[in-house]
Amino acid sequence: MRRTLPIAVVAGVGFFMLIQYFIPREEFETLYEWALDWTMVIGAFAMALGLYSLTNMMLNKVKRKSEGWGFSLVALVGLFLMIFVGLVPHYQESLRYGTLFMDIFEYIYIPIQAAMFSLLAFYIASAAYRAFRARTVLATILLVSAIIIMLRLVPLGPLSAVNQWLVNFILTVPNMAAKRAFWLGVGLGATATALKIMLGIERGYMGRD
Amino acid sequence: MRIKRLFGIGFLPVFLVLCIFLFLQSDFCPAQEVGEVDILEESSTPPPAAPTDVKAVDTPNDNGHSITVTWTLSVDDGAGLGNVVSYEVLRSDAPDGEFEVRGLAPAGEESFEDKGAKEKGDANYLPAGVDFYYKVRAKGDGLFSDSEVSAPAHAYGQWYHTGKTPVVVAVLAFSTFALVFITLARKGKKLYIRPLAGIEAVDEAIGRATEMGKPILYILGLGSADMIATIASFTILSRVAKKVADYQTQILIPCNDPINMAVAQETVRAAYLEAGRPDQYKEENIYYLTSMQFAYVAGVNGIMLREKPATNFYLGKFYAESLLLAETGSLAGSIQISGTDEIAQIPFFVAATDYTLIGEELYAASAYLGKEPILLGTLKGQDWGKAVVMIALILGALAATFNFQFFLNLFRIQL
Repeated sequence: MRRTLPIAVVAGVGFFMLIQYFIPREEFETLYEWALDWTMVIGAFAMALGLYSLTNMMLNKVKRKSEGWGFSLVALVGLFLMIFVGLVPHYQESLRYGTLFMDIFEYIYIPIQAAMFSLLAFYIASAAYRAFRARTVLATILLVSAIIIMLRLVPLGPLSAVNQWLVNFILTVPNMAAKRAFWLGVGLGATATALKIMLGIERGYMGRD
Repeated sequence: MRIKRLFGIGFLPVFLVLCIFLFLQSDFCPAQEVGEVDILEESSTPPPAAPTDVKAVDTPNDNGHSITVTWTLSVDDGAGLGNVVSYEVLRSDAPDGEFEVRGLAPAGEESFEDKGAKEKGDANYLPAGVDFYYKVRAKGDGLFSDSEVSAPAHAYGQWYHTGKTPVVVAVLAFSTFALVFITLARKGKKLYIRPLAGIEAVDEAIGRATEMGKPILYILGLGSADMIATIASFTILSRVAKKVADYQTQILIPCNDPINMAVAQETVRAAYLEAGRPDQYKEENIYYLTSMQFAYVAGVNGIMLREKPATNFYLGKFYAESLLLAETGSLAGSIQISGTDEIAQIPFFVAATDYTLIGEELYAASAYLGKEPILLGTLKGQDWGKAVVMIALILGALAATFNFQFFLNLFRIQL
């Protein structure tokens, strides 16, 4: 029973989700929206679970003085500070500009996030260096294609027209063909995975039987 | 005397009126001239002829809150007087009742979809099963003519979306392939599946971690538990965790979604139980970090640099964080296996990790790792599905080249 019931629920919900795509009736739309609402409700409850997990892990690190425990302390202080300034003193106005909550978000969190994202530029350079080393025929083709694409925005005089033609060819013929093959494969793979789950063939994600 | 008076007193006003008239006709007063001509034209132009043959029918393949109105163009639309600017569609619940404007269609248009809301409280609510009457108004230059009132029509929801028939056929055909091969596999037929380098490397990667005495880092990506890539990642995690339990090494799973965390905990616990080592399972190794994208990257990168995991798995849904994670892992000296169905992230993973599962390979990985015949059957079905798609593509290209519309229409989907 402990094994059959979850599989029956998955199969039932999976089958409903499949057929509702082909039935445009209002009743089915309502049921579909209801199911989506439920995922949000479950998500909200799970957030409490996540908060407990995070606090527990960080507290343990601080208590044990594990490597990097100072970062955990900062994370804990940040977590509770945001809860405090967001809920207690300015509950009604916490999402308005000019409050402490929004100031912390705007002037501390967003710059830190932007700094993290900007690292991507440097990482792209180092990854591109490794990827574009012309050690094999395929790597050489990749290198040449990348150079042609990158030169698209560089004024090359009379060569610009030729380069633009090459760029268009690369993007609309080989690149588009590969992308479409990828999407077709993903579509079939997703259908196969859904089928495996609905038929109860794949149960690894369910945990204990 | 009379003539003298006429010329002396009466001629003056006549002369003045004549001068004013000539002045108005001259170039010194163009605005007044255009206005006057406009007024003359407006009053002299008849209204555009009304559209004819107005029909209202339920809009097909919808939820029952829409009616489609069609008409034959006014004879003055693009021809005749050529003065139709637009068509106004009006609706009433009685043929002689008050009609309200439901929408506007430009000249040349022969249909209009009166799409209403399904919520009763909405001002635009269009109830299903209630008869409505329509008329179409041809408008032009402030003048208009109304058509005859249409026959009554009511909206109702359909039980089947006919525009999605090609999808039904494709799903049924593909499911048949998969089921046939699952049955063959169950009967013991040997199925050949081409090897995947990324999957072959899983054992080696876990063995390396065991030898080095360092943990394995498993990243489920930024997808939620309802995404197929995340579900595929859970099934792979189940296999990987079983091997990890067998090898008695540690697996760390920082999650960005609390639901993913709960599912991952259960999945790994079950794998340890199956491997006969429930005592080795540590729930504290599978934890929630944050739901914010770059905060998550900072947290995971910190773990990579502090714990120096021997092996990193990145399997699931990834976005801009893919390269930030994979490059840090590469700098930390870990062996890395990645896989995603996000096409934009594939090049980053190919450049920065040792092995990459591309798109569908991510979904197939669980079957490869489990080597269970039933799971391999679905892969074989998938291959046959791909063969059919390839044949359809070739035939489609030929049909498009030689303009065989019938064949092309077989694949047309209406959403």
